[in-house]
Amino acid sequence: MILPSLIAVLFVGGLAAWISARWHANAPRWTAIVTLALEAWLAASQLTGNHAAEIPLPGRPAAWLTELDLPWILRFGIGFHLAADGLSLLLIALTVLLGWMAVCCSWTEIGKRTGFYYFNLLACLAGTVGVFLAVDLFLFFLFWEVMIIPMYFLISIWGHENRTYAAIKFVIFTQVSSLLMLLAIIVLVLVNYQRSGAFSFDYFALLNVPLEPKLADWLMLGFLIAFTVKLPAVPFHTWLPDAHTQAPTGGSIILAGVLLKTGAYGLLRFVIPLFPDAAHRFAPIAMTLGAVSVLYAAMMAYAQSDIKRLVAYTSVSHMGFILLGLFSWNLLAMQGAVVTMLAHGLSAGALFMIAGFLQKRLHSREFGDMSGMWQAVPRLSAFMLFFVMATLGLPGLGNFIGEFLVLLGAFKVNPIVTSVAALALILAPVYALIIIQKACHGPLQKRPILTDCGILELSSLGVLILASVWLGLHPQTVLDISAPALQQVIQNMNAKEPSWTLIR
Amino acid sequence: MDLDSLIVLAPFIAMIVTAITLMLVIAVRRNFALVNGIAGFGIVLSLLLIGPAWHKSSIQAIPLLNIDHYALFFVALLLLAGLAVLGLCHDYFKQYDAENEELPLLLLTALLGGSVLAASSHFAALFLGLEILSISLFTLIGYPVNRTRPLEAAIKYLVLSGVSSAFLLMGIALLYAESGELDFIGIEGFIDAHLPLNSVILSGVILIAAGLGFKLSLAPFHLWTPDVYEGAPAPVTAFIATVSKGAVFVLLLRLLVTTGSYRYVPLLTVFSFIAMLSILVGNMLALLQKNIKRLLAYSSIAHMGYLLVALIAGASIARPLVVESAAFYLVAYFITTIGAFGVVSVLSTPQQEAGDVAILRGLFWRRPWLAGTFTLMLLSLAGIPLTAGFIGKFYVFTSGADARLWVLLASVIIGSGLGLYYYVRIIVAMSMNSEEVMSEPPKKSRKWLSTVTLAALSLLLVWFGILPGHLIDCIQSIAISMR
Repeated sequence: MILPSLIAVLFVGGLAAWISARWHANAPRWTAIVTLALEAWLAASQLTGNHAAEIPLPGRPAAWLTELDLPWILRFGIGFHLAADGLSLLLIALTVLLGWMAVCCSWTEIGKRTGFYYFNLLACLAGTVGVFLAVDLFLFFLFWEVMIIPMYFLISIWGHENRTYAAIKFVIFTQVSSLLMLLAIIVLVLVNYQRSGAFSFDYFALLNVPLEPKLADWLMLGFLIAFTVKLPAVPFHTWLPDAHTQAPTGGSIILAGVLLKTGAYGLLRFVIPLFPDAAHRFAPIAMTLGAVSVLYAAMMAYAQSDIKRLVAYTSVSHMGFILLGLFSWNLLAMQGAVVTMLAHGLSAGALFMIAGFLQKRLHSREFGDMSGMWQAVPRLSAFMLFFVMATLGLPGLGNFIGEFLVLLGAFKVNPIVTSVAALALILAPVYALIIIQKACHGPLQKRPILTDCGILELSSLGVLILASVWLGLHPQTVLDISAPALQQVIQNMNAKEPSWTLIR
Repeated sequence: MDLDSLIVLAPFIAMIVTAITLMLVIAVRRNFALVNGIAGFGIVLSLLLIGPAWHKSSIQAIPLLNIDHYALFFVALLLLAGLAVLGLCHDYFKQYDAENEELPLLLLTALLGGSVLAASSHFAALFLGLEILSISLFTLIGYPVNRTRPLEAAIKYLVLSGVSSAFLLMGIALLYAESGELDFIGIEGFIDAHLPLNSVILSGVILIAAGLGFKLSLAPFHLWTPDVYEGAPAPVTAFIATVSKGAVFVLLLRLLVTTGSYRYVPLLTVFSFIAMLSILVGNMLALLQKNIKRLLAYSSIAHMGYLLVALIAGASIARPLVVESAAFYLVAYFITTIGAFGVVSVLSTPQQEAGDVAILRGLFWRRPWLAGTFTLMLLSLAGIPLTAGFIGKFYVFTSGADARLWVLLASVIIGSGLGLYYYVRIIVAMSMNSEEVMSEPPKKSRKWLSTVTLAALSLLLVWFGILPGHLIDCIQSIAISMR
């Protein structure tokens, strides 16, 4: 029963935070912290407990650690079916960590309607955890949609000057694409129904549905569009800079750190296992899209004058690496993609936090207003330098491991595209240096004296530094946890089409 | 007429008796609360009488009415909607210093008309039911006689509805001239024997489709909708949007299924065209609206289009699924529409209908429960999960995908995207900061009945959204019972 409680704790905690606002202005904040602490404890016990036990679930591939299956809507064979493997647990851990960060940096930033704010924050996290756990396609879709609405409120109520536009754009992009996914899910289920005579939305039941190639292509596209919009990859990325820029700091952290990962997770969990043939046919295009995202977004980042917008574009660039890695069809690149997911969550989350701290002090996100920060707020600038270095892929930090593995794995499959994508290793330092140069260096502007990092800011950024260094120096733990899940995906691919020569 | 028929007809009889009682009571003593109480009691009585009828049903009680589970389910739905509207009406009209007592009476006659439509198995019953419904509606729309907008709306509805009824009659006449049958089952036999059909039948069918399309406010026949929705008092708008449209849709579905018209391909082409047009036109025009009631009017056009997709799918998929899809969608649509207009009606004052979106600004912070209810209704209209609207949309997708109506489904997706924009815009307006907001209307009167109604609707909405199993079981049984 630990899996549903992972979702329920967050949601109930959100409700409690909302209600507690009646009694004291600080109550929602503390409620949120307590909720996340409880969640962290639950997730940790799940992560360590299962890893030690290593008891395979009956009737499931060995990668799955724990599951819960309750009947829900019998008419369509829909179950309340949750299951966790190493991949989902890793992403949940990331969610909890960044949720913590989001609460910390909203502590002073959000002064109005705190109760409703923390409700939305926690509800969004609950939806995300649900996405990572659901193995019933209907349930998955439900959580997928449910996490959007609180995020929409976060942007539209507590966002910055252009929030309405950004919020509506965000909702429409994600909703329309997810309707395509819903249609694809339903058609897949109907195909299975015609074959087996029973409705089922269960992931494991749908894994092995034989599909005509043409139909499989269309269905795969339905899923793929929904996930690449969320990821986002280049043709569908335009909502992201707006949403990230306009969201409050907490919202940006969740968006960049966690919500984008649901797109990558969806590709890995659903698109590739459900439609291996179609996805394999599509792989060259997907890899190209990934490379294009990497380069295009890096160049766009260079041209920004708004620090949050810049970080938003670097996110698109990193997500390009994930797309490249996932469609390379080998363990190495997929491992790299998973590490990139985690590392990017940490570094982009931290950068958005720093941007939020700067905005709180300067009331501006423009580089023009920032020059000379190094003298004004040395500690904060040092943090900025650290995370900018992490973003550009400095060896020893998480992002480097991820990108390196992706490039290594992808090169064996598609050297040309990979080489082009590797150009990002030149572009990334360029945009990274732009941040440092424009914000930290330059003449000191005349402005009221700014306070440097407080203890809360110091400690939360410190935790992220530790996590990032740990991921960079000792990635083996993460690789070990995610390996069984990824091997499962690859085995499934092989079972479908033995003719592929798998590169290990 | 034997006892069984009487039991089956009892809900209808109860409605008639209540209506007559109301007339007499009004003649003796004018008291709005009393009249409302009697009307409410009558509706509840009819609802209770559906219980015994349910066990006896599928009896052709009289030649005109086939009272099966399908009919009874929708009669119950209409009655419940009527009850909710009655509650809203009470709070809305009690502030008027006018003679409001005939209002519940008219609601009851309209409900009777709708129920007859839901059960009719004969063109005569169809026409009777439709006219009872429409004539009650003219009066209901124009009930606040001292205001111009309702009167204008009533006249508009009167004229256009009259024309559409004429179309319908002409269509029925043409069908009768060719087949010599008015009974739905008789028509089925005729169609069976005479496929492909000649041009007279085609004209008849198209005229009937146009007549019913008008009542459903489907796209080329939708022009009356926004004006009437805007002009009518808010609770009455809720009534038109649900009971009137719902009853006609229920009839249309039965007509198609019982007469076997699904085999008649040109009809499906016409319907597909109408559905697509409704979805696109409804959603696009809704984008331009600044008045909530007009916006909801256009969105209801689009929703009828979605519903029609499920109906069209019936040509090539198992019949129970079609009936199920349509029934679930209708239930969800009833709940959300009454809820949405209920919020508007609570916000309205005797002086002013709460039409303008500006009134909603900052509603979240002034009246959080009301705004929360409205948000829930709008999310359900947009088809967001955890609301009944989502399950409804899921059904439409399922039946559409099963019938391989890809073009129609594509327009549903586009329409939903557009729809989301204007629904979300209202939510944005509600969540704006209240500092920049006009002052609250001075006198806030207590609206208990509306509050209870809205709370019940919200609960149902979430219940059917999270645990639709109960409703689905019930609907499945009516889908199977329908012949």
